Amino acid sequence: MAGLAIALGSGAMTNTIAEIGDSACILASGTSTTEAHPIIGYQVKKAVRKGAKLIVANPQEVPLTQFADLHLPLKPGTDVALLMGMAKVIIDEGLHDQKYIEERCENFDKFKESLEVYTPEFVSDVTGLPWEDVVKAARMYAENGPASILYCMGITQHSHGTDNVLAVSNLALITGNLGRISGGVNPLRGQNNVQGACDMGSLPNVFTGYQKVDNDEARQKFEKAWGVSLSGKPGLTHTEIFDAAYTGEIKALYLIGENPVLTEANAAHSIEAMDKLEFFVVQDIFLNETAEKADVVLPAVSFAEKNGTFVNTERRVQRVRRVIDPVGEAKPDWWIVSAIANEMGHEGFAYNSAEEIFNEMASLTPSYAGINYERLDQGSIQWPCPSVDHPGTPILHTEKFATASGKAKLLPLEYRPSEDCCDFDFPLILTTERSLYQFHSTMTRYSDGLDGLSGGEQILINPADAEKLGIEDGDQVEVKSRRGKLKVKATITRRSQPGVASLSFHFAECPTNLLTSNALDPVAKTPETKVCAIRIDKVEQ
Amino acid sequence: MSELITLTVDGVEIKAEPGTSILRAALANGIYIPHLCDHPDLTSVGICRVCLVEIEGRRPTVSCMTPVEEGMVVTTASEELDQTRKVNLELLVINHDYNCQSCSKNSKCNLQELTRYIGLDEERIKAMRKPMLDSPIDDSNPYYIRNMDKCVLCGICVRTCDEIQGDGCIDFAYRGIKTKIAVLGDKPIIDSTCVTCGECVSRCPVGALVPRNAVEPTYEVETICPFCGCGCGMVVGARGNKIVSSRAVPDSPANNGSLCVKGRFGLSFVNHPNRLTKPLIRKDGELVESSWEEAISLIAQKLGQYKGDQFATIASAKCTVEDNYVMQKFTRAVMETNNIDHCARL
Repeated sequence: MAGLAIALGSGAMTNTIAEIGDSACILASGTSTTEAHPIIGYQVKKAVRKGAKLIVANPQEVPLTQFADLHLPLKPGTDVALLMGMAKVIIDEGLHDQKYIEERCENFDKFKESLEVYTPEFVSDVTGLPWEDVVKAARMYAENGPASILYCMGITQHSHGTDNVLAVSNLALITGNLGRISGGVNPLRGQNNVQGACDMGSLPNVFTGYQKVDNDEARQKFEKAWGVSLSGKPGLTHTEIFDAAYTGEIKALYLIGENPVLTEANAAHSIEAMDKLEFFVVQDIFLNETAEKADVVLPAVSFAEKNGTFVNTERRVQRVRRVIDPVGEAKPDWWIVSAIANEMGHEGFAYNSAEEIFNEMASLTPSYAGINYERLDQGSIQWPCPSVDHPGTPILHTEKFATASGKAKLLPLEYRPSEDCCDFDFPLILTTERSLYQFHSTMTRYSDGLDGLSGGEQILINPADAEKLGIEDGDQVEVKSRRGKLKVKATITRRSQPGVASLSFHFAECPTNLLTSNALDPVAKTPETKVCAIRIDKVEQ
Repeated sequence: MSELITLTVDGVEIKAEPGTSILRAALANGIYIPHLCDHPDLTSVGICRVCLVEIEGRRPTVSCMTPVEEGMVVTTASEELDQTRKVNLELLVINHDYNCQSCSKNSKCNLQELTRYIGLDEERIKAMRKPMLDSPIDDSNPYYIRNMDKCVLCGICVRTCDEIQGDGCIDFAYRGIKTKIAVLGDKPIIDSTCVTCGECVSRCPVGALVPRNAVEPTYEVETICPFCGCGCGMVVGARGNKIVSSRAVPDSPANNGSLCVKGRFGLSFVNHPNRLTKPLIRKDGELVESSWEEAISLIAQKLGQYKGDQFATIASAKCTVEDNYVMQKFTRAVMETNNIDHCARL
């Protein structure tokens, strides 16, 4: 998200889900859309039925590739080279939108200059793709408008994830696809309310609506509203919090609705970090692997037992309504946190309902100012929605960008290899994937039937690699990285290209993130879970 | 918007968009024409032949496949139409094992609606009835059951899988009296490319595709799916304090009437016996149950010692907007630090 904020001023899906079905070209980069976002997958397939071109850039032969006009099985972690290579083709062949660039973008000349290094030889060498395919993709994307780019964790979970995102936005900008119906740059967000959690300032550097904590005006507004004095120093990010716990700088942690024992990159490190905490509170609906380490565990209600709102990947604020009574003595998360604040003697937490909280938030958040429960009962609203008579904003950047100048910035980018490189001892690249039938690590494991459909954990290995390693389909193998090892069943399939293997990360009995690297992107601080050097050895029975 | 077309149906003047079928135009204006194989989400195919109408100056024709025309005069009921419809309905019913009382579609079945409207002659049906299949039931999928003895071959499932899911894992197989809906090689559905989205189950007009252990909810509530970021509108049904069903909100903007396997079938985690029901406090190394008062007071007392940058909150993208607002306010205003983040980066 940080990348889009740099280039466009706002980090969110620029267009709506329904528009994707009317795109003339879709570039799906680093997303296994049919598995991770099935409903958006329907829209992609709908567009293809109507004649849209589909380009899938993904190291793995994900199920979406069967609908694609072009599959680009690039080497993991080489997206910048591919996308900048495509930009070079577009500009060299004059397929860019000169008028749009002049009117709405900055820095074009510098950007153009920076493309010089992306020669056919360089791009092919880095990505492992034939140059003809890069040219074909560039033409397909530039010549069929409106063109929509979908991306997901395959773009962001890298030590250069921000660069990847900027490369994506560059491509959309030079072709005039931003602010256009059925175009745009569309990061598909993984969790039901990840957009809402970001919007609410569950981030170390911003209050609600991305108002920066180090901006004096914003901070003073919140100080006045909350009646306290606030720190203007941005806090630590997710991975940094675990690092700080490891070194002892963080002594107390309040962790809500997450299971880092399974989902955190380089999990062994974060497990040790959690063990070092002096006081650890976990709030969840299940006693998951992380909760078992806590000093106090608090039972929260599930989505079905609470009122409130979720914000989906297209910035759509929607009402969540209570279906059943809380299970046992479980309580809504806001109630629990408020109860602690009240017990600590703080004012400003005497909430009686979710609606009261929403109204306080909206009064402090310009992009939500026009949203209230009464309106949401009539239908969902996409932010920004600055006033009660504003209909909401389905498409961002239609007239100007949310940057200081109102123009989008084209950014020169340098290809940087992934941090975790292969060598003699760790010759293969491991990447991670999702299963349609699982969701992260906890909820779906408790849903009857889904586990059976997903078929359990398996590492996908290309037949050529399997032959070299003497592994047959169904064999137990040991997978080892510089950080950890685990045992898992092997599946031999061409879905993985030679040199690349993949695992999901849903299963406690096979904790994939013991292997992955927590090398961070310098801006977004996202760990590099999509590229990890490994070795695979057959386990002799 | 293009100019509307005016036509007359049973003496009533109605208007419709060009390209609309007579059937859908009539239904939209509250005029019932019996129909089975037509579904508003799918292309029309004219398989079941019960939606016959008379158009002035033409022979009887299926209304689902005939677009409206300016000045058209349509009649939906006449002696001849009733006769022909009855025969066409018989041809559907002879395929169908109507054991209605033990069927979970009972009273929600489109075939029942048709028979009520058109009428059936039990003796004629008996004489024509198709022999039952040897093994009509495929219960290989954990979430839904296929009973091919109830299938009336309307093809809605085939079109749904093709047009909505886009996978096309089922189709008509065999010929004549042996025709049935099957996956490649007529294998159990679990061995096909089916991704268990349940879109076909939700559209099957009869009891041929039904959720396993289908339970009628006592009440339903409209809410949002808790899984991925698509934000699908869903109607969750419950009986007592237990969730028993979920279906898509027909016109919700994000999902437009669709759900995936998780939203449609994956909500049983809510009532799982392992749910946490009481606060737990670690005492002598073990997590033991406590009261809310004890847990809250312990946390308040402990956290009071860790204010500032030695404290951090990991908030949750699974929780609501309101939950997250309170979490970050607590972290910043009470704990005096900006150390708060959640899984967005992961």
